[in-house]
Amino acid sequence: MTTRNMIEAINDAHRVMMERDDSIVVFGEDVGYFGGVFRATGGLQQQFGKTRCFDAPISEGGIVGTAVGMAAYGLKPVIEIQFADYIYPGYDQIVSEVARIRYRTAGEWTMPMVIRSPYGGGIFGGQTHSQSPEALFTHCAGLKVVIPSNPHDAKGLLIAAIEDPDPVMFFEPKRIYNGPFDGHHDRPVRPWSKHALSDVPDGHYSVSLGKAQVVRKGEALTVLAYGTMVHVALAAVEDNGVDAEVIDLRTLLPLDMETIEESVKKTGRCLVVQEATKTSGFASELATLVQERCFYHLEAPVERVTGWDTPYPHAYEWVYFPGPVRLKNALKKVLAA
Amino acid sequence: MADKSHPRPNRPALALHVPEPPFRPGDTPDFSSIKVPAAGEAPRPDIAADAEATFPLCTHLVRVLDEQGRAVGPWDPKLDADTLRKMLKDMKTVRVFDDRMYRAQRQGKTSFYMKCTGEEAIAIAAATAMDPEDMHFPTYRQQGLLVARGYPLETMMCQIYSNRGDPLQGRQLPIMYSDKKHGFFSISGNLGTQYPQAVGWAMASAIKGDSRIAMGWIGDGATAEGDFHSAMTFAAVYQAPVILAVVNNQWAISSFSGIAGAEQATFASRAVGYGIAGLRVDGNDALAVYAAVQWASERARTNNGPTMIEFFTYRAEGHSTSDDPTGYRAKGEAEEWPLGDPIARLKAHLVTLGEWDEERDAALDKEIDTTVRAAQKDAEKLGILPQQGFDDIPSMFEDVYSETPWHLAEQRDQALAEAREFLGRDPA
Ligand SMILES: Cc1ncc(C[n+]2csc(CCOP(=O)(O)OP(=O)(O)O)c2C)c(N)n1
Repeated sequence: MTTRNMIEAINDAHRVMMERDDSIVVFGEDVGYFGGVFRATGGLQQQFGKTRCFDAPISEGGIVGTAVGMAAYGLKPVIEIQFADYIYPGYDQIVSEVARIRYRTAGEWTMPMVIRSPYGGGIFGGQTHSQSPEALFTHCAGLKVVIPSNPHDAKGLLIAAIEDPDPVMFFEPKRIYNGPFDGHHDRPVRPWSKHALSDVPDGHYSVSLGKAQVVRKGEALTVLAYGTMVHVALAAVEDNGVDAEVIDLRTLLPLDMETIEESVKKTGRCLVVQEATKTSGFASELATLVQERCFYHLEAPVERVTGWDTPYPHAYEWVYFPGPVRLKNALKKVLAA
Repeated sequence: MADKSHPRPNRPALALHVPEPPFRPGDTPDFSSIKVPAAGEAPRPDIAADAEATFPLCTHLVRVLDEQGRAVGPWDPKLDADTLRKMLKDMKTVRVFDDRMYRAQRQGKTSFYMKCTGEEAIAIAAATAMDPEDMHFPTYRQQGLLVARGYPLETMMCQIYSNRGDPLQGRQLPIMYSDKKHGFFSISGNLGTQYPQAVGWAMASAIKGDSRIAMGWIGDGATAEGDFHSAMTFAAVYQAPVILAVVNNQWAISSFSGIAGAEQATFASRAVGYGIAGLRVDGNDALAVYAAVQWASERARTNNGPTMIEFFTYRAEGHSTSDDPTGYRAKGEAEEWPLGDPIARLKAHLVTLGEWDEERDAALDKEIDTTVRAAQKDAEKLGILPQQGFDDIPSMFEDVYSETPWHLAEQRDQALAEAREFLGRDPA
């Protein structure tokens, strides 16, 4: 067991897996010598050599496209897109190629790879260092989508993603790289070392894909969240003295519907939380699934808490961000109905 | 993987080449292997010459200012002293501005800043050589274009502070300026996107029989993006009246130019493959930059087609306020850079001409310092970033579309109510 922040946990997952499996190659912009702009791949080139971990040209289409070729050869690329906001030049390769190659070749070719990318806002990154594009990938058949919310899961999920036979999008909420964030931007930041889930086992372990985690037991309503919003939701639930059951989805696709259904059928109420823009977001999918499967147990309409349908505005970060007030009002609304 | 039990023993084992910069932290930089042709050596083709006539220049280096500060050779643009002094003043202003805004970020007055230290000659001389009506599609290190075109420093600072004076209403990351009147297209965070856009603007100008041309800007690292290729292809196919600049400052955050292909060929020589005129220019030589851009604009303006120009320079400081270059490159590289400091070189030239002296230089430095400080003081009166974010919430929901649809109107009202609750007062 070692106390680690998210970056250190992610870094360790790479190291553990690269030691076990020499078909893993890690590349992306600035990931080689420097170890990435967030340092998630720090020291890997020094340990494993330049052909296992290296800098890529600034071409997201090239990074994903060459990863496809490497996977076709039999390697296991674990690639970094520097910011999720910059994934779009690689979108065609991801959506039209990575996602579909198993299907279109009837399983002759497969695309085991992990596409990691820091994502989400809350760091004054403006329009292009803040986006949460997860729904663009859950919408697209053939991709798994994972979003960890703490160091323990980050390492275990990344190892599971690397071991998965299918392509996995692995979005890392950069706001919580160094410490959990409760949504109170006006309060001092707590480091991960003060949080129980920064106790990260050494060596190999995995957190299964497709398994959610009930992070708080409760009876009054079910709150579904992932990434940074798990912490924001937990804080709002505590601050408002609500007996909520909070579920950290951890994997959006495949989704742990069993855990969700069990909880919603028990509480009869459901609030879905995402940081991304509202319209056609993953929260909409969750609300629909809950409505389809738990309708006769519901005592109130399923409510969504989301970002607004605008680009992420630099100065208005905390008006945009779905923070404590938006959550409090939504909790109230779901409980009152 | 190749089946290890059945190797192909008579074939050589393949090996992957991963480029490595010549120096890393702890090394002593030594750039003596960089070939620096003498000033005045490069020939100057006619502006109407076939693109092919420029191809030898793609591996050469157009230089005008020699070691003694004299302007020599066929590329000497023979500028009058007032223009030279204006360029010197603009370059110095950019450097002082960068310094003040870098410090402002360090003082917590804003979130982010990017300097262009060592690269000031490029945007300043390019803007000086072009028409004020020509359109630029810049990246984030061309603040000099705005300074040279007389855009108010205070407004630039307001954008950096995202304050009440910010014409972009706090929506954009600091330094992502936009100003149509000054021919400065909105800067994008997404690298490379502006390059084909510049070509499209130039095509439009040609479609309309206009006389204005466009200039697109990109960094060495970002030439790897597909958009670079799209821009070059469209520029070549339609012979668009455009200048496509590659600012090769050797680094793309922590990746040296070799990671963008510079080990194998110069950036300028990419022009050859597209059949576009290409020039490789000493980017720290304001006169060479001016001459090259003047040549390319005349060429574009007379329907002789696009030009790609590589400006060879060095990023003297970190990538941005989020970066610490001591983690990946050797100390002292900027000082060892064989092309020197562009400001010192232009100053030396003016002194050599007898048009400048130390006294005037000191007075100019003082004047610029006063001007920039005054602009900063005025800008800060309109607020700094930490004070922003609640004063005009409705503006945040405007301009997503020309008219606000119902769902955004609802979200705006909800955001206002939340802010009222958070602040305990009306958010105005
Ligand atoms: C599409 C895209 N990918 C990645 C980034 C992140 N990024 C911002 S600047 C930069 C380096 C650019 O280097 P270069 O083009 O050489 O310009 P310089 O900073 O040296 O002026 C990178 C990788 C981005 N902004 N956009």
